[in-house]
Amino acid sequence: MGIAIVDYGLGNLHSVSKAIERLGGESTITGDPEEILAADGVLLPGVGAFGDAMEHLRSSGLDAVMRQAAASGQPLLGICLGMQLLFDEGEEHGTHRGLGLLPGRVVRFKGGTYKVPHMGWNRLEFLQPESPLLRGLAEGHVYFVHSYHALAERPGDLIAVTDYEQPVTAIVGHGNVFGMQFHPEKSGQLGKQLLDNFLKLVREPRS
Amino acid sequence: MLAKRIIPCLDVKDGRVVKGVNFVNLRDAGDPVELAALYDLEGADELVFLDISASAEGRATMVEVVRKTAGEISIPFTVGGGISQVDDMKRILRAGADKIGINTAAVLNPQLISDGARRFGSQCIVVAVDAKYNEAWGEWEVYTHGGRKPTGIKALSWVKEAEERGAGEILLTSMDADGTKDGFDIPLTRAVTDALTIPVIASGGAGKKEHFYDVFAEAGADAALAATIFHYKEIALQDLKQDLKTKGVEIR
Repeated sequence: MGIAIVDYGLGNLHSVSKAIERLGGESTITGDPEEILAADGVLLPGVGAFGDAMEHLRSSGLDAVMRQAAASGQPLLGICLGMQLLFDEGEEHGTHRGLGLLPGRVVRFKGGTYKVPHMGWNRLEFLQPESPLLRGLAEGHVYFVHSYHALAERPGDLIAVTDYEQPVTAIVGHGNVFGMQFHPEKSGQLGKQLLDNFLKLVREPRS
Repeated sequence: MLAKRIIPCLDVKDGRVVKGVNFVNLRDAGDPVELAALYDLEGADELVFLDISASAEGRATMVEVVRKTAGEISIPFTVGGGISQVDDMKRILRAGADKIGINTAAVLNPQLISDGARRFGSQCIVVAVDAKYNEAWGEWEVYTHGGRKPTGIKALSWVKEAEERGAGEILLTSMDADGTKDGFDIPLTRAVTDALTIPVIASGGAGKKEHFYDVFAEAGADAALAATIFHYKEIALQDLKQDLKTKGVEIR
């Protein structure tokens, strides 16, 4: 049944669902635990604030579903805030617990001498060109909009970073759990290729 | 480091692209969705739609255009024109636009900037400013209603207020340079980028590739917007971006 785009009452899921469709993939926008767990892959989008998003996930029981999906080996991709939620905790308007699928914290850009949010096209630096998400791709620009960024505890989880006054976590992954801080559905050709690589991963038979 | 952005602008009336479009390879040169997809393919970093519909039906059609465009393109886009309430913003953002442009309505009711920024985030709010040099003042004046009405407001103080109220970006059109093809208004753009910390999109006057380099290098603009020269293929987006890269400008 393709990819389950997790609907927990926040944000516009239309763009990402159309992007998957354009790549020849199938997707369903759903908040139903059974449908999510039966999907070939799971996409966790997100806009807004960390605490609100976790609250929505918890109140609908989808936080447990995400952990179950991760444990089952389903390829799981968090986008933007969806990537941030994969970590242990976030400091947006107070400290909030995240899904805890990746060790690390989400903190605000300090700003002052540079602009916050980090908004616009910035260049990816591939730290793990051998990652299945980066297979066959060349470094290039993708579209970011965010005021908070993730500090991954395990350096090995960092697949790509971008430079914004400091190295900023752009793509993370561990096992079957992946995240992208930028919006692949708004990132032109490279964004499409990155999503396509995720789709390929989803189509691979799982052992 | 963020890349400098090149932004084509499309004027849309009652769901159709209205001026200056001359694409031979399009099935329907008046279809904003198809044109947007073509610009995406050619390397535009972002798009701006300006809705110049005068009727409620025209406005409703625009929401449909936004929905279709959001499904077809893979770059961010801004929609401006006729947005005067937070509910209008919501309708357009829900349809899939990334940002909202407000101009006259923001001058008449600056609270709209604050309300929009609080509700949707600063990154969604672009304040468009039409400015013209006022000889008597020795500085630039803000005009509204599509450049027809002088307001008596100084452009530099207005853009600062917009920033303080939470605007995420300023779309700055020089009425003196607009339509001349003699280049962007460097003094105006420099004055505004010096006064602000938020990004500034320069608009009006683009005629040659060099003009884009000048507005990035000399005026500190974060993005440059043009319409006619792209629509009439006087400048191809890919050539322009290659040219800027060669000159050392950070370009996607």
